[in-house]
Amino acid sequence: MSHEAWNELKPGTIIEDPGSASNHFTGHYRKGLKPEFNELNCIHCFFCWVFCPENAIMTEAEKISGINYDYCKGCGICANECPVENKPKPLIMIKEVI
Amino acid sequence: MRANKVLDGNTAVSEAVRQLDPDVVMAYPSAPGAPMLERLAMDIANGSLDTELVNMESPQSAISGCIGASAAGGRVFSSASSQELAQMHEMLFIASSLRLPIVIGIADRALSAPINYYADHSDAMAERDCGWIQLFCESPQEAYDNIIQAYKISEHQDVKTPVMVAMDGWITSHTMENVSIEEPSEITDFMGKRIPTYSLLNSTKPLTIGSFSSPNYYFEHKLNQFQGMENSRKIIREVGKEFGDRFGRYYGYFETYKLDDAEYGIIIMSSAAGTAKEAIDRLRSRGEKVGLLKLRVFRPFPFQEIQERLLGLKAIAIFDRNIVPGSQGGPLYNEIRSAMYFCEDNLRPKIFPYIFGLGGRELNLSDIDNTIKEIKEKTEKVESENGFHFVNVRYRQVNNE
Repeated sequence: MSHEAWNELKPGTIIEDPGSASNHFTGHYRKGLKPEFNELNCIHCFFCWVFCPENAIMTEAEKISGINYDYCKGCGICANECPVENKPKPLIMIKEVI
Repeated sequence: MRANKVLDGNTAVSEAVRQLDPDVVMAYPSAPGAPMLERLAMDIANGSLDTELVNMESPQSAISGCIGASAAGGRVFSSASSQELAQMHEMLFIASSLRLPIVIGIADRALSAPINYYADHSDAMAERDCGWIQLFCESPQEAYDNIIQAYKISEHQDVKTPVMVAMDGWITSHTMENVSIEEPSEITDFMGKRIPTYSLLNSTKPLTIGSFSSPNYYFEHKLNQFQGMENSRKIIREVGKEFGDRFGRYYGYFETYKLDDAEYGIIIMSSAAGTAKEAIDRLRSRGEKVGLLKLRVFRPFPFQEIQERLLGLKAIAIFDRNIVPGSQGGPLYNEIRSAMYFCEDNLRPKIFPYIFGLGGRELNLSDIDNTIKEIKEKTEKVESENGFHFVNVRYRQVNNE
């Protein structure tokens, strides 16, 4: 999207369009690690979805479906909160080549 | 009917605010500006004013309340002096960058330490970079007129910038003088109602103000704010003229006194201009060609107009009523000297920095006589302009041999 010039902005830092924070892609905050989702092992408890500070856990038909890397900052909270035990975790942090 | 009353500066301010019928007054009364708020509280208590007055627990809360109420579309007022203004500091930036019309009345008082109760400009000058329009008043009449104009300037669609109206604590705020109070209907007619472009209380059109701004936007927002201040240059003049056309008292960026044929000039703000005018009258009667420029608008600083007005004088003494340790001169000196930089060398007056009146120290007629004598001598001897001059202060040479 194109960004407004200073003379196109409304005076007083007004934002009339609710939810415009979604125009700001925070994915570039990731520095080296990203979560990887494997649906096979997921128990769909939604812990990761609740804890994700960026709302970057995607859902489909009331099931976790993946991660939105446009917004994922790579903080690792989802992988940390994932309660799956005795089998490979559905959410692990892997190295990301930037 | 215009009423002539004998009022002090604080009462003159509260009279003006009362006539403008504000929606909200945020109160954290502080000396010497406390009576502004006390009188408004009295008016509300006796039913002559229908305004929400909120007693806040700190100056920072008072100005925060003003920001909220102004964003909701209201006309707001508050008052602060000295430490209380300093406590408002961070919120002053927010008020100006959110482009909110707010007016606060200031009775200038020295900043601690040492604790002092009397007039100087340390408090208002410390806030000169926070994006507020600053008007300085010499007398209670000017305080009344400036408050009315302040609302008109502040609420103008092109400006939308908060205004602080400053007068000298005690000297102006508590001294009784004749004040012409205009007919309330005339004032209402002059002002009109505030027409806010948005309101935070409008639930059908929700909006966000003052949210996070990334490096991608912050700079643009700041320039947008900067433009509001630049627009105010024109509006301040227009409002001053419109006020004069209607009420007979004209206002510009500054007032000059016997400056037209003067060789030596004094530049001063607020109440000390009264003393300076008297001193100039006496010097003129002795044949000295001396004049005065009394600055009313410090922000936005009228550098072009000042430059044009001071061209051709031999020397000027700039009187600052606050001290900035480590600087080359007071804020007024620095602004004016920088305004004069682009003059032709042979037209530029010599410029001398004077600091006076800190913590309520008096400025005597003889001090101005001595200043004029001093700058005359220095100009004739082509001495350096550098170095502070302190007016009416004790210093003793100590012999350490």
